[in-house]
Amino acid sequence: MLASREQLADTWDCVIVGGGIVGTACARRLAGLGDRCLIIEPRSIGGGATAAGMGHVVVMDDSQAQFVLTKLSRDLWDELSRAIPASVGMRHRGTLWIASDREEMDGAEAKEKFYRQRNVVAEILSPGELYRREPNLRPGLAGALLVPGDSVVYPPVMARWLLDEACQRGARLLTHAAVSAINTGHVVLTDGTTVRARRIVNAAGMHAAILTPGLPIRARKGHLAITDRYPSFCGHQLVELGYLKNAHSHDRESVAFNVQPRETGQLLIGSSRQYDTEGPEVEPRILARMLGRAIEFMPGVASLSTIRVWAGFRAATPDSLPIIGPHESNENLFLACGHEGLGITTSLGTAEVLAAMMHGTTPPIPCEPYLHSRFTRRVEHA
Amino acid sequence: MKSASDPVSVEINKTSGVVPAGTTVAAAIMLLSNGLPRLRESITGTPRGALCGMGTCHECRVTIDEVAQRRSCLVECRPGMRIQTDGL
Repeated sequence: MLASREQLADTWDCVIVGGGIVGTACARRLAGLGDRCLIIEPRSIGGGATAAGMGHVVVMDDSQAQFVLTKLSRDLWDELSRAIPASVGMRHRGTLWIASDREEMDGAEAKEKFYRQRNVVAEILSPGELYRREPNLRPGLAGALLVPGDSVVYPPVMARWLLDEACQRGARLLTHAAVSAINTGHVVLTDGTTVRARRIVNAAGMHAAILTPGLPIRARKGHLAITDRYPSFCGHQLVELGYLKNAHSHDRESVAFNVQPRETGQLLIGSSRQYDTEGPEVEPRILARMLGRAIEFMPGVASLSTIRVWAGFRAATPDSLPIIGPHESNENLFLACGHEGLGITTSLGTAEVLAAMMHGTTPPIPCEPYLHSRFTRRVEHA
Repeated sequence: MKSASDPVSVEINKTSGVVPAGTTVAAAIMLLSNGLPRLRESITGTPRGALCGMGTCHECRVTIDEVAQRRSCLVECRPGMRIQTDGL
């Protein structure tokens, strides 16, 4: 799996910078099409944003472009699930979008209609039906939207499996080495080594904009907490409908109720979003707000034992859509970055769309909304 | 008249037993079990019991009075305590 010294001197079909879920998904797809791929990852596979998040595979309806990419991706995850071994794990937990009041319930109904029109199974639940499924939710909620087809994966293990799949198809890995510059036809490593490639894919997550200056990517910090084992506490990914207001607002700081039951019976508790904060350390004030929000929706969370807390960074773009496809002025450089909070979900859709663009075949979905050129051509709009 | 040194009656998995005053829950489970007690189970199903006896290994976690994940080596038995060892 590791590239040998001799292989490093070759010219690769594709060098993929970054071994997170997006980089490994792209490697698997491109290697499957016959490209000789080298993944360069300085630290551990799936060790960046991939390991920091929740691993929720979810269809989202914020915009048509986001829906189309998440729906394609979720379908690809479902197809892939037949090949994913039990030890790697993928569980169809389903998502429950929780409505606190009548206004949010109206939002749930609009969401149900949007999904129904696009063949995504979704069901409105009355409060009684909701409490039957999730008795630990606080009383007084207005109901929920159940999306049974959403899943949960454990991202760093999944990234490792995608890498193994890529290597079985001939891809190779260079690790403990970092790319310091992406040039035309080659990348330069921090030790001065040059690695030649016909094409380069920047899937470097939070480092993408350092390697490709000018990419409109901003760090959006998030916190998570994980509890001890309480196996019957919760059965679905639970997200408040108010989450959508938070994810889209570009306010400096927000929290939302978002919890997930893990296979081990542990509860993963999120979520928070902050811009303009450099440090990776856990901030007690934000953590308290986030846990407070979780306790508002599930009072029993207050008695659970939390065993670990951490923070990570999402790579966010101004329109909350990833950047997928050719760099607008360097035709041998491709981008697969800026996935914000949907990197796990859309890794497979990204790989599919990117591979089609790189191989000149028709992508399965329109790819204009994700192109890099959308940022640089803004001045041309009336 | 009750005194602090009286034996303490506790319930372990719905069976009552009596232990000396000052006994920890972990020790009570061991005293009242026949053979090696299983305090909990790992996620792969292997039996687990107290190791360090001082609150750092977390292998002795049991449910006490309906609160799960209590470190039994750190909790002293109180009369009428209800202890369950069917957790993870």
